Amino acid sequence: MDKKLKLKILDIMITARCMEERMAKMSKSADAFFWLGGVGEEAFNVPLGLLAKVGHGLDYDFFHFHYRNGSTMVAMGMDPMDQLRQTHNRATDPFSGGRNFCNHYARKAWNVVPVTSTIQTQMSVAPGTAYAQKRHGGDGVTVVTFGDAGTAEGDFHVGLNWSTIKDRELPVLFICTNNAYGISTHYDEVHGQDNLAQIAAGYGMKTKVIDGNDVEVSYEALSKAYDYVRKERKPFFLEAMVSRLHGHSSSSGGNRIPDGKEPDCLHAWRDKLVEQDLITREDYDRKYQAETRRMLQLLEEVRKEPAPEPGDIYNYIFASV
Amino acid sequence: MANMAQAIRMALHYGEEHLGVTDIFGEDVGPPLGGVFTATQGLKTTWNSPLDERGIIGAAIGLALAGQKPVAEIQFGDYIFNTIDLLKLAGNTYWSGNGEYNLPMVVMTNVGAGIHGSLYHSHSFESMASHIPGWKIVLPSTPKDAYGLMISAIKDPNPVMYLYPKMLIRAKGEELIPGEPEDERELRRMIDAPIGATLYDVIEARDGWQPSWPEGLTDYSIPIGKAKIVREGKDLTIVTYARHVILAREAAKILENDLGISVELIDLRSLYPWDRETVFASVRKTGRCLVLNEDTPVTNYGEHILHHIIDNCFYELVAKPRVLAGADVPAIGLSAVLEEASVPQIADIVHEAVAITTEEP
Repeated sequence: MDKKLKLKILDIMITARCMEERMAKMSKSADAFFWLGGVGEEAFNVPLGLLAKVGHGLDYDFFHFHYRNGSTMVAMGMDPMDQLRQTHNRATDPFSGGRNFCNHYARKAWNVVPVTSTIQTQMSVAPGTAYAQKRHGGDGVTVVTFGDAGTAEGDFHVGLNWSTIKDRELPVLFICTNNAYGISTHYDEVHGQDNLAQIAAGYGMKTKVIDGNDVEVSYEALSKAYDYVRKERKPFFLEAMVSRLHGHSSSSGGNRIPDGKEPDCLHAWRDKLVEQDLITREDYDRKYQAETRRMLQLLEEVRKEPAPEPGDIYNYIFASV
Repeated sequence: MANMAQAIRMALHYGEEHLGVTDIFGEDVGPPLGGVFTATQGLKTTWNSPLDERGIIGAAIGLALAGQKPVAEIQFGDYIFNTIDLLKLAGNTYWSGNGEYNLPMVVMTNVGAGIHGSLYHSHSFESMASHIPGWKIVLPSTPKDAYGLMISAIKDPNPVMYLYPKMLIRAKGEELIPGEPEDERELRRMIDAPIGATLYDVIEARDGWQPSWPEGLTDYSIPIGKAKIVREGKDLTIVTYARHVILAREAAKILENDLGISVELIDLRSLYPWDRETVFASVRKTGRCLVLNEDTPVTNYGEHILHHIIDNCFYELVAKPRVLAGADVPAIGLSAVLEEASVPQIADIVHEAVAITTEEP
């Protein structure tokens, strides 16, 4: 990984972190009803977005995200202001027009299909886009993301099964960001496997378990996984062990967990780059503060934008024949 | 005349040849079987899915998101219940993304009692389906309508639930589908796959078999949302759909011949959206109405129709309007006695019709 890429990843991580911290703060005021997101998953989720083939149609990757992929979207090129618009449920929210929770993206131009709050149903839907991609040819893949808790749903097995049928394997990159919790329930209380990749391996696909808090490990594992799925047109299951730094959502407070309880991947990456003399601590602090200020400025702009109109509820129920 | 299975098959063939259908799939939908009711025999885009209803609906959503045009089958409506949250997602995809993605997909499944199917081959689904916004719902009662509604369902850019009455799958039509050969033996010879005593015989008999599709098939369509007046009458309007169109027609003959009661019979054909104007015009004319179906009676789809009849035609009604639905029981029992006691029969329809038409305002 060259210096330029290292710094680029750091910059995106900072932007995504500051964006989500602003969103969590918004949920504590009248600016938002709710927050949930991916604070603590940036080391993995940023490379996930950077390595994607972003565009519209079967020649590009399809994304079936769960609701912790904000930093992936930033890495793909999302303007954080759009995320603040959704968090503040403005009519200008490009993903849902003020209808859906934050981190519930829908962007056809990038093959980002609507994020749903129903846990793991994206695993039942993903084989459909992958099937179309496989038939189409090319190297587009279907990326589906989920946490550890959702793997207890039947849909998890639907996706694994449909992707591994003999001679009909599908180009799906399964991404499990394992933060060890489903809201308040610990992994060990509800799972019997050492890791979830073991289940996927039972379906006959290649798997890998990595430290998702490490940028370089994540980047390398993702490069290989994307490559494998693109070339082999077969599924790959990548499980990244990550932190959850602000809890499940604003429903559990959305507060930063006590220092030292779980590693902070952004701090780890910062320290590494400082150690490698790629930046100074002062550079970092300056960037972080500037992004924090920028997010507040963006929010101030977003606040001036219109709320949806009551009559908007009747828009987009049926597409015109 | 074609039966409903053949009609659906021909419409799907037309769909894959001319309307962009990319995938017709579900359990046993592809070769060698071509559907447990033969509705998908000989088609070129069929494939067999795992025995997994959630996967079938999920894959259909995914295919539609990827710009394909899938027709997914759930083998029996009785087994669609475990997909309801996916059906809800399909119904709200266009809305949730504020118009970003629409889903051109058809889900077909057969519904209703009448084949002595016991608890799990007799369920109705239309009342449940009508609680899932974002779907159009159609339910044909004749092969010709089955063809025309399938063409419309395929052309529609939204999710369409194509329910069809399992009791009528083998019933022959009374009207030719445009392009259908007049000789039904000829049609069978052309598009019915060879049969065999066991699956192994079927596989052998169908090895290399290709259907010979009628060349003159058209995009004959029944607009979604358009009801049909099956027979005109002046004393009572019966609003129904699916298998009960056939039963109500028999009841209407009895009422006419034995009692001199003239029934106007409306086949809704589309349950969402439904043809309010045709229903209201008829009720305004007769002043009396019976809404009829075989689904369970609590929060029954017919209650919705009745509610709007009352709202729109209250002052033209001269007798209490009624719903005749299935019994308020958990399921349909296997014995013919149990099934008939659970689902409105011709005698029940006659009984209700007499009660409504003899009621003094």
